[in-house]
Amino acid sequence: MASAMISLASATPSASLSVQETLMGKTRLASGCVSTLFNKEKGKPSIKKKSFGQISMTVAVNVSRFEGIVMAPPDPILGVSEAFRADIDVKKLNLGVGAYRNEELQPYVLDVVKKAENLMLERGENKEYLSIEGLAAFNKATAELLFGADNPVIEQQRVATVQGLSGTGSLRLAAALIERYFPGAKVLISSPTWGNHKNIFNDARVPWSEYRYYDPKTVGLDFEGMISDIKAAPEGSFVLLHGCAHNRTGIDPTPEQWEKIADIIQEKNHIPFFDVAYQGFASGSLDADASSVRLFAARGMELLVAQSYSKNLGLYAERIGAINVVCSSADAAARVKSQLKRIARPMYSNPPVHGARIVANVVGDPALFDEWKAEMEMMAGRIKNVRQKLFDSLSAKDKSGKDWSFILKQIGMFSFTGLNKTQSDNMTNKWHVYMTKDGRISLAGLSLAKCEYLADAIMDSFHNVS
Amino acid sequence: MAGFGKAMACREHVRIRLGTRFMSSSSSSWWQSVEPAPKDPILGVTEAFLADPSPDKVNVGVGAYRDDNGKPVVLQCVREAERRIAGNLNMEYLPMGGSVKMVEETLKLAYGEHSEFIKDKRIAAVQSLSGTGACRLFADFQKRFSPASQIYIPDPTWANHHNIWRDAQVPQRTYHYYHPETKGLDFSALMDDIKNAPNGSFFLLHACAHNPTGVDPSEEQWREISHQFRVKGHFAFFDMAYQGFASGDPDRDAKSIRIFLQDGHHIGISQSYAKNMGLYGQRVGCLSVLCEDEKQAVAVKSQLQQLARPMYSNPPVHGALVVSTILGDPELKKLWLKEVKVMADRIIGMRTMLRENLDKLGSPLSWKHITDQIGMFCYSGMTPEQVDRLTKEFHIYMTRNGRIRFALNHEYRTLTSTPAWQASIPAMLDIWQMLSTRSRGLPRLIAEAKPQIVEEVILI
Repeated sequence: MASAMISLASATPSASLSVQETLMGKTRLASGCVSTLFNKEKGKPSIKKKSFGQISMTVAVNVSRFEGIVMAPPDPILGVSEAFRADIDVKKLNLGVGAYRNEELQPYVLDVVKKAENLMLERGENKEYLSIEGLAAFNKATAELLFGADNPVIEQQRVATVQGLSGTGSLRLAAALIERYFPGAKVLISSPTWGNHKNIFNDARVPWSEYRYYDPKTVGLDFEGMISDIKAAPEGSFVLLHGCAHNRTGIDPTPEQWEKIADIIQEKNHIPFFDVAYQGFASGSLDADASSVRLFAARGMELLVAQSYSKNLGLYAERIGAINVVCSSADAAARVKSQLKRIARPMYSNPPVHGARIVANVVGDPALFDEWKAEMEMMAGRIKNVRQKLFDSLSAKDKSGKDWSFILKQIGMFSFTGLNKTQSDNMTNKWHVYMTKDGRISLAGLSLAKCEYLADAIMDSFHNVS
Repeated sequence: MAGFGKAMACREHVRIRLGTRFMSSSSSSWWQSVEPAPKDPILGVTEAFLADPSPDKVNVGVGAYRDDNGKPVVLQCVREAERRIAGNLNMEYLPMGGSVKMVEETLKLAYGEHSEFIKDKRIAAVQSLSGTGACRLFADFQKRFSPASQIYIPDPTWANHHNIWRDAQVPQRTYHYYHPETKGLDFSALMDDIKNAPNGSFFLLHACAHNPTGVDPSEEQWREISHQFRVKGHFAFFDMAYQGFASGDPDRDAKSIRIFLQDGHHIGISQSYAKNMGLYGQRVGCLSVLCEDEKQAVAVKSQLQQLARPMYSNPPVHGALVVSTILGDPELKKLWLKEVKVMADRIIGMRTMLRENLDKLGSPLSWKHITDQIGMFCYSGMTPEQVDRLTKEFHIYMTRNGRIRFALNHEYRTLTSTPAWQASIPAMLDIWQMLSTRSRGLPRLIAEAKPQIVEEVILI
């Protein structure tokens, strides 16, 4: 195979020649000139014939290969936080990134996490490499949390679970698996969806298209559109679904709607692909938030599920999550798992251990697990309270008769306010409320004390700006 | 066995055609045609080792340091750093480029404490998922911004290098490196390959303690390599996974890099804290690319972040905090340097002791290569079949290319006290006899030698 690669290289001598030409060509350009690094301009015969004399050699070394590299655009989500940090106004409010804050708008480390870390410190555990698939205790705990410990898929060993770098990393492993084994298959993603979904599938070279999801007229789910678009997709497509607390909108299908979605997916022989980043965080109940996934699994369907512990255990920066592939047999699951590992090895060899140990300790200890459930209810509860207060403030202030109840119907950290880009800009520029330009606010970053202020800002932007 | 690594990397997944997508019955699977992936040649060894119930088993495969009792080592400075950071910090997302503090300190290690490049902000650098992640990010970056290029990889090299550049879809070539007869560097063939490569080629270089051979160029040879790189306009990408761990002195271990920097090369570097800080499972490392000026460094960094975002969004915080806590505190940093030197000295001591013992036996052959080689690995020259036999019959686990990690006293004591070991000696003599027919100096001596020599040499 190595020799095949070599012949590949020698089959394209022009490629290497163009490198040489470009290098020589670059010496003639002013350093300020930004052109594409390895552009296809034809060689200039005079340069080709010139040998590397002492002077040109020196200059060639100093010209950078990266001459033509331009600044990447700022990340739309993480860029909001950066802008917020730079703002000096005392009234500023960061409703950008989805990281939970307590009522004092401070980051919150869960008590169970602190306890777990202390346990780990006392035990003085080593830092040896995990295996490629991650910490076994974590993989077991995470699959049981998702499907329920007594779920047939687990008892029959039909789930391939591999620890991943939070939700992003887990999605990326699955995307690479799709690219490898289903070349040309499409992933259907909701419109809108989490901003990074598209990047992940793009970089993994998996084609995607969108299904209708958000209905701006009702500020709710465009269910007919969703079903229709899933139905129209080529058979055997992957359908990316948010297990609960849809990001960006906060709008989830009802249980009846989930049944119909499962129907159409089965009918079209599609593969469901769940992104579960908020289990426990949406309703406050771990089991309730997993019901959509369990519904599909109960139908005997094969499916993929990416999980993240960033929000529900507050382990954002530890990058802990998992990819689960439910297969129709234990043998298939074993094979799939081995291929997921093969994808992970040249990406990062094996996943980081710290977050995995925390999760395994919390879920594995009955007392800590109960405490976690209580803390999660508290966090989800705070968000529900904030939604109520915001709704009350808006309803009291707004005499126009506009229906703000969508704030109560939506679930999870985010709310799609229905504000457009110009209105969102007004929120930021006039009111120092930082949010993403599509009108999404993170309620996790809102305190009860600030609801009135936010209501004023929303009212102003909605009614006075177009 | 050098080719084995490549073979493993290449004997890969099968592309499945469309037929499998149209399965409709629930008893068949979408994943019908997914074949079991081959075990990773290195990490698979530890998996097999862990699964082995034999009490006599020894793992000289994966490159993880062990203390005199055979236990994994957590450095004192690391424990202290963890005590300090426990419970204090929140776990907010790091920026996509990772911990700024940790990256700053890490660049100082590679480029020099007072490096002008750091002062002038010419280095685009991001925290990475240890060395693997840094190499992968660079490979993806190379693919995106230099799509016509290939990568020249030494033969042999760490097996995962081939996987990384392959998954990044960058075509690979190898260059000569290891000379099996001398068990040293094949310098003339190496230089020929550098000269014959098209101008402006990308080369992967091991900064120190070459993995798997332990053979490094001398300082003089590095200077020649650097000069030839200038003549050819090649790009040097350094994989430095053992800084401090090789000689005990981080600056000395970075000598190759410093030579290239002095000569004006714009290089790339992958750094890892897996071995030298014992942070294996924390996945902490750094990718850096030296640019023309600050503006370019900012642009390149933004593009590296752009590649990282759809892979893992932002890197894990815990290991980075440990690193920045240690390197940011003069006392802890001093402690770390001391501990790294202890680890490196222990391995150098093992090599010296082994060589002395062999020389003492009055062998006409040269054992110089044992102390010439550096780092924790030894290239034994065993074939995959011989390795398999050692594993199957004697529960000695190692990678099939014959690479052995230096065992330590504890493993030696345990091993030689077992009846299984005593019984195994005639068979091992057998193996070495086979080797001797290929006129490799090492096994010829063993075939003639007494059992205790076999023990010592096998153990390395």
